[in-house]
Amino acid sequence: MNITTLVFILLSVMAVGSALMMIASKSPVHSVLWLIVVFFAISGHYILLNAQFLAIVNIIVYAGAIMVLFLFVVMLMNLNADTEPIKNYRLQLIGVISGGTLLLIILSAVMKIDVEQMVEMKTGDAGLIKSLGFNLFKNYVLPFEISSVLFLSAMIGAVIIGKKDEITHEG
Amino acid sequence: MDIKAYIALSLTLFTIGIVGVLVRRNAIIIFMCIELMLNAVNLLLVGFSKMHALSPAAKASPYFASDAQIFVFFIMVVAAAEVSVGLAIIVMMYRNVHTVDVNFLNRLKN
Repeated sequence: MNITTLVFILLSVMAVGSALMMIASKSPVHSVLWLIVVFFAISGHYILLNAQFLAIVNIIVYAGAIMVLFLFVVMLMNLNADTEPIKNYRLQLIGVISGGTLLLIILSAVMKIDVEQMVEMKTGDAGLIKSLGFNLFKNYVLPFEISSVLFLSAMIGAVIIGKKDEITHEG
Repeated sequence: MDIKAYIALSLTLFTIGIVGVLVRRNAIIIFMCIELMLNAVNLLLVGFSKMHALSPAAKASPYFASDAQIFVFFIMVVAAAEVSVGLAIIVMMYRNVHTVDVNFLNRLKN
């Protein structure tokens, strides 16, 4: 077993274990923190695949911006384990069983494919900023520009939804 | 590393997200499980991108392998926009009904 396989297994165990802890933990703040651990593990996977740009963007955008937004909302609402909704254990059991069945079926179907494709680890320039930037500003300029419109509409939408309005009380 | 290892890992993370959406009743945690599913798909796309970097077609065209990583970039863009609007909706919902339990939200009116 070489070092790459060892790091892969370590990061995978970290990601899956933290994801399970995220589902299982009672307090929403703990769930947010476990999800940040999952994002760091996935960023480690990106670095292992030499996708350096995506690793940094994943940390900055997901762990840095989006999860802080989640933490702000959780702390703004003053949620904790006491305010957790009442559980229905039968529905939980059904959810776990159906999810496990889905995983089992798709996994067994995928593992039966006798394709022996290897993944390029630790080398290659497909994930470097240079080749990604060339590709983005050469072939994907229009989606890049449209995404700015998407951000603008999301910003306006968040402001309009978030502000206190008097219209809903009348109608 | 075999591509099947990445498929199995992404599938496991995606299924954990699905189970979280089915099991939890807290709207914020359901939203976080959706983020987890998006990240599982991102990881699989990057794995496939690096798989195609070894193929003969990648030698012919220089941008062949980085297409999937551009897709991941756009998925992150859409996820960021989605989170801002979704959290605004959850905050508004909490302001109106004073709970984030999705069981209270089974009707669209009242």
